[in-house]
Amino acid sequence: MAISFELNGKQTSVDVDPQTPLLWVLRDTLNLTGTKYGCGIAACGACTVHINGEAVRSCVFPISSIAGKKVTTIEGLSTDRSHPVQQAWIEHQVPQCGYCQSGQIMTAVAFLKKNAHPSPSDVDEAMSNNICRCGTAQRIRAAILNAAEAMRSGKAPGNPAGGEL
Amino acid sequence: MSAATAVSRRTLLKSAAQAGAALVIAFEVPQPPAKGAPEKPVVNPLKAWIAIDQNGAVTLSYSKSEMGQGVSTSLPMILAEELGVDWKDVQVKHASVSPMFGNQGTGGSGSVTTLFTPLRKAGAAGRQMLIAAAAARWNVGPESCRATHGAVWHGSDKLTYGELVEAASQLPVPDLDKVQLKRIEDFEIIGKSLPRTDIPSKVDGSALFGLDMRPEGMVFAVVARCPVFGGKVKSFDASQAKAMRGVEDVFEIPAIAEVHSCGGVAVVAHSTWVAMEARKKLKIDWDYGPAISESTESLRRQFRKLVDSNMKVVLNQGDVESSLTAAPAKKKIECDYELPFQAHATMEPMNCTVHVEADHARAWAPSQSPNQVQGVVAQLTGLSPDKIEVHTTFMGGGFGRRYQGDFPAEATQIAKRVGKPVQLVWSREDDMTHDFYRPASYHRMRGAVDAEGNITAWQHKYTSTSIAEWFSPKAAPESSELGCTLQMPYLSKGYKLEYLPAASAVPRAWWRSVEASVIGFVMESFVDELAHAAGADPYEFRIQKLGEARLVKNALEERGRPLDTARFKAVLQTAAQKCSWGKPLPKGEGRGIAAHYSFSSYVANCAEVAVQNGQVKVKRIVSAVDVGVPVNPDGIRAQVESAIVYGLTAALKSQITIEAGRAAQSNFNKFTTLSMKETPLIEVYIVPSTAAPTGIGEPGLPPTAPALTNAIFAATGKRIRRLPLQAGDLV
Repeated sequence: MAISFELNGKQTSVDVDPQTPLLWVLRDTLNLTGTKYGCGIAACGACTVHINGEAVRSCVFPISSIAGKKVTTIEGLSTDRSHPVQQAWIEHQVPQCGYCQSGQIMTAVAFLKKNAHPSPSDVDEAMSNNICRCGTAQRIRAAILNAAEAMRSGKAPGNPAGGEL
Repeated sequence: MSAATAVSRRTLLKSAAQAGAALVIAFEVPQPPAKGAPEKPVVNPLKAWIAIDQNGAVTLSYSKSEMGQGVSTSLPMILAEELGVDWKDVQVKHASVSPMFGNQGTGGSGSVTTLFTPLRKAGAAGRQMLIAAAAARWNVGPESCRATHGAVWHGSDKLTYGELVEAASQLPVPDLDKVQLKRIEDFEIIGKSLPRTDIPSKVDGSALFGLDMRPEGMVFAVVARCPVFGGKVKSFDASQAKAMRGVEDVFEIPAIAEVHSCGGVAVVAHSTWVAMEARKKLKIDWDYGPAISESTESLRRQFRKLVDSNMKVVLNQGDVESSLTAAPAKKKIECDYELPFQAHATMEPMNCTVHVEADHARAWAPSQSPNQVQGVVAQLTGLSPDKIEVHTTFMGGGFGRRYQGDFPAEATQIAKRVGKPVQLVWSREDDMTHDFYRPASYHRMRGAVDAEGNITAWQHKYTSTSIAEWFSPKAAPESSELGCTLQMPYLSKGYKLEYLPAASAVPRAWWRSVEASVIGFVMESFVDELAHAAGADPYEFRIQKLGEARLVKNALEERGRPLDTARFKAVLQTAAQKCSWGKPLPKGEGRGIAAHYSFSSYVANCAEVAVQNGQVKVKRIVSAVDVGVPVNPDGIRAQVESAIVYGLTAALKSQITIEAGRAAQSNFNKFTTLSMKETPLIEVYIVPSTAAPTGIGEPGLPPTAPALTNAIFAATGKRIRRLPLQAGDLV
């Protein structure tokens, strides 16, 4: 049975087992591989996407529950890496291996929609369920605070301060 | 082909031995020699590393695997520097496996260490060929020309590299030992913090990892492996799995001893999800084998028995026993340290995509050892290596796990049978329960100081699940385990080192910083204990015990670079200064310091912690590193930040315990990692140096756990000797 939903602004329809998690529909059926598999139990956050603007873990969300909803993945965030969060990620040189970063960015974007003036501890709280084995938390924290500022002022995120000897 | 044939090809490669790195085992890739070719073929840099198009666009290849450590930026920076091109004009490309690029294995923090000079020479040779082409065009002497910013100049005449490259690439390659290299002080690219080339693709989902490969017609596969280490399939019933819509095939694949793959039952399907669901429906009768009786507790009993016994004496300098006998009880310490197995837990689980056809094969592998992938596919298909394309993908973390050949071998076994492109996917549970873990180890330390605060005895009795023993029954078991215990930086009148391996069925291998992750903790905790026994400040004690500047060679063999105590001291001094060592802290807080030498790099970390109600909060870690000439300073800082967080996770959160011959943790709900709110402020300082550059993917890790536990001691008086920290340790 076909299931229809809006994906990154386009109507999309798939015919798969309705129990299939959204993650695998994105990756294997639609070949949209920016959303990553990390744990399959909603423990790591690598598969985070937006459903109707809310950050969710797509690895445990059956496709049947998506019918009629709006899904945004990392590929739909901007066409040219121009989202202030993406820009801040580049400015702060956040990613290392990069595998968890789609999920980190999608979590951060949804968080900043709800909290335009986050404190560092707000950021820590919001991001503490996303795992990064490369240890980029410090740079993610700085990038989010910087992106929040940029979104408020309408200016591009600025250069982070260096720490050279 | 049988596994038995494959074993005859197996050789031990000490590929990173010069960097003092771990033993690396790989399939040897036989390369058919071209007729009449010289023994060591000359690689034309303008055909291998460097591609310039007629418009001057420059594409530089990097030959090492990018797993987040930044080689896709640092290695091309070295080439670009000597080639004389502007960084803004440079694109980078991951080199597929080719003999032109030598050993493409990526580990032992060795990429910049081993390629710094070869890439400089390749870049300089390319520049010299471009100059020669311009000189010929102008009919002038090459010495009257200069090359910079992507062009050759003669007076005010100019020819761009794009205009010259075709002629230049036909010229003879200059003698690489005679090409003129830039002076370090003239570097324009090396030493600058440049944005990483791979980062833009990692913020929009376009970076392609192993699991993102989608060759036309590809199917997905998972393997059911015996949960008990070394267990085998007795029989299985696949009827329910095969009945599922989307399942293509179910079959058994044998274990391959040479790559330590488990074997099991493969399920091939149209999607990852269907393959995983079908696997749940398999009914498999396992032969668990003898490992079923192994547990963390049984291993601990064995460890204790071993350190109670007479062990193999590896080093015995001075007279440890008499010094211990002579020392008063207050000046003497005897204690045991213990470290668990650790999983790599790369964010991207193991996977590999392979397509085997009649006369050639292709592999898309997130591998730290692409040459080995080529060898594995060759052995299992019977194809010659030059018929096998190996494309290394971006990889979602490596940390040593991706050096193994098990996952490419499984993918090849399945692809051979299926006949179309197959992506083998490991679930998180597969990945965590069938890792090659960081060895578990146990250490009995005895030491003494005299009234003047000199170390009179340092005895280290050490047992572990040896990596060397796991891979090769011929290797000395201790050869993979001793690390810096063979390059003791601190002056001690007596020093005795003893080792015996423990028997275990648990697979183990290289985990970020390998033996240094163990040795660093034990040595830097114990020197702290001795400092307190001497009534000395732990930082000042270390500085004193390093003594006059000297070089400490490996005590057993000519391997690695000698440890320079002056450089060791300098990182300690920088870390101490930057963390305001000695400045009083509030009650309940403490500062701890530790330094370690690994992969020829020097790192000192200083941790500041607060302990309240039995809970530790790591507030800040200040790190000072000496890696010789820094190539990309911000990349170095990122690697140290990363290693510190990885080390803190292992010290505070994660471990693999063994129950009934299997890993007791299978996902991130039980194998927990440091979260953002637990991540301290990390500051990294690079000590200026003109020494040859050395690695930094790993060396930030070893001094992390001891800096932390030394800080906990400073805050609470409680000495943590067993990692990870357990609930109740600080109550």
